[in-house]
Amino acid sequence: MNRNSNTYIFIFSIIMVIVVGAILSFVAISLKPMQTKNVEIEKKRNILSALQIKNTVENAEDLFDKYITEMIAVNTNGEIIPDVDVFELDLKKELYKEHEDIKLPVFIGKLDNGELKYIIPLSGKGLWGPIWGYIALNEDMTTVFGATFSHKSETPGLGAEIETDWYQQKFSEKKIFDENGDFVSIKVVKGGAPPDNIHGVDAISGGTITSNGLEDMLFDCLKLYEPYLNNK
Amino acid sequence: MFSRKNLKLLTDPINKNNPITIQVLGICSALAVTVKLKPAFVMALSVVFVMAMSNVIISLLRKTIPNRIRIIVQLVVIAALVIIVDEILKAYVFDISKQLTVFVGLIITNCIIMGRLEAFALANKPWPSLLDGIGNAAGYGAILIIVAFFRELFGSGTIWNVQVIPDSFYELGYVNNGMFILPPMALIVVGVIIWVQRAKNPELQEEN
Amino acid sequence: MENLINIFVKSIFIDNMVFAYFLGMCSYLAVSKTVKTSVGLGLAVIFVLGFTVPLNYLIENFILKEGAMRWLGEDFADVDLSFLRFIFFIAVIASMVQLVEMIVEKFSPSLYSSLGIFLPLIAVNCAILGGSLFMAEREYANIAEATVFGLGSGVGWFLAIVGIAAIREKIKYSNVPEPLKGLGITFIITGLMGLAFMGFMGINL
Repeated sequence: MNRNSNTYIFIFSIIMVIVVGAILSFVAISLKPMQTKNVEIEKKRNILSALQIKNTVENAEDLFDKYITEMIAVNTNGEIIPDVDVFELDLKKELYKEHEDIKLPVFIGKLDNGELKYIIPLSGKGLWGPIWGYIALNEDMTTVFGATFSHKSETPGLGAEIETDWYQQKFSEKKIFDENGDFVSIKVVKGGAPPDNIHGVDAISGGTITSNGLEDMLFDCLKLYEPYLNNK
Repeated sequence: MFSRKNLKLLTDPINKNNPITIQVLGICSALAVTVKLKPAFVMALSVVFVMAMSNVIISLLRKTIPNRIRIIVQLVVIAALVIIVDEILKAYVFDISKQLTVFVGLIITNCIIMGRLEAFALANKPWPSLLDGIGNAAGYGAILIIVAFFRELFGSGTIWNVQVIPDSFYELGYVNNGMFILPPMALIVVGVIIWVQRAKNPELQEEN
Repeated sequence: MENLINIFVKSIFIDNMVFAYFLGMCSYLAVSKTVKTSVGLGLAVIFVLGFTVPLNYLIENFILKEGAMRWLGEDFADVDLSFLRFIFFIAVIASMVQLVEMIVEKFSPSLYSSLGIFLPLIAVNCAILGGSLFMAEREYANIAEATVFGLGSGVGWFLAIVGIAAIREKIKYSNVPEPLKGLGITFIITGLMGLAFMGFMGINL
């Protein structure tokens, strides 16, 4: 058959599309469960890190089952919504919704010493792309127990420092409500926060925009949870 | 199987006919992943896989591909292989696939792959094509790994995420050179590699 | 509006395709010997990026993304075709380049004679596919943002190649060490230009 005739080209393309399509779908479908699992483990590891529990890829699931005792979803009035698959909730997608439709996940963890911790997801924007994280609060709902942040593409050595332990450590013992019970969130302070500032942490030098993004993310996300936190 | 001619296909691209430093192909997609050795290594492996497989497939099909749509056919074969690589990375080495992000996808437009398909696989039997593919991808990977080695060593003080510069150095006031983490340093390191290579092989030097 | 200007400036100077991501390096190195040809190639890249990024934006958001096919009915709400992203994007780019080539040839022969030879080169220019992939990765909010990003990246690439071509024209007369001549020095100059561009980092309008 003539290799340059239109019929030949046509048949060739159709066969190619079918074969390639079939192979790709097969690969995608057969690997899908593992990929979903990776994403889940990653999420569990982040939540555990906010709880200050050391974890690895291997033991993350066991630790998660052990320490996270309850997962609830609340709306922006602080009321608990029943029958929601909390773990599957994606805060980022929820933020796009109408204010009253938002379902906010809360993870409740119980440490070995019996203390309860409330873990709240965060989602925001840094300099180059999305940043996200989790913040764990003590039972008083204002003192930060621990926090963890990740980013997609912040500048290495500058904005990307939010991912490091030493930076995240700075958040513990800070308070998100002032003594009158008003919501103030946690501010990043350029040039360094004085140690007695319980509502502020150091900004990252050279990473101003990432730091500001972090501050906005904390404020915006925690603000949504304010009614829930106040109710408690 | 491994006649001298075939062996040459494998070894030539690693030095004298290196795709990056001599043929000037395929610099695009990969230098951005050379901040650390590990992602660079995974990237190099991915390129070896895509290149060897696409060379073999195109070589097997070379008598049936209609000339008028051959570029599209090549792109489809490469893109399909890249998707497979991407899916496998996401399933088995999730951490690294997060660092590689869009750069895995950019293997598709890596000019070496297209270049070798056009120049070699379309006119040769599968076995030599396979060797040619592996050789060129290895030559490319070698540069990637050399660049990543220096960038990780000077930029982060580590090799393969293991600290190699002793703490006592840091105490004496040594600091990691942050510039090596920034993208432009990759270009300068490649420039220096070319310099060294051409100083050793004067026949490769250009007129201007 | 402010946001659009911000994306535009960012994609030209900070997220520069060549200096920050090394995209489109092959043609960047191969065609940058004279200013004239590099202007031609640069324009063609702006042109094609300005077309393909918004087009791929539509494909990404109405076909490929998880839940993107909701407009076909609730049955399709769970379909996730994002694994086909690469193949779709490259197909769109290849056919767009072909289409643009044909249109330009028909309506503006003078433009064709200056851009024409570069258009086929562009299908395999990583900057083009890169533009679309970054667009998908960064999840721009609407098509205007995506278009502005595409154009901005194109302009950034244009600036880079014209800049290096001008330097290379001058450097012919300089006394460069033998082994560095040609490719080596071009790499190093590109690195230095990249360092200069890093000065724009952190700009936020």
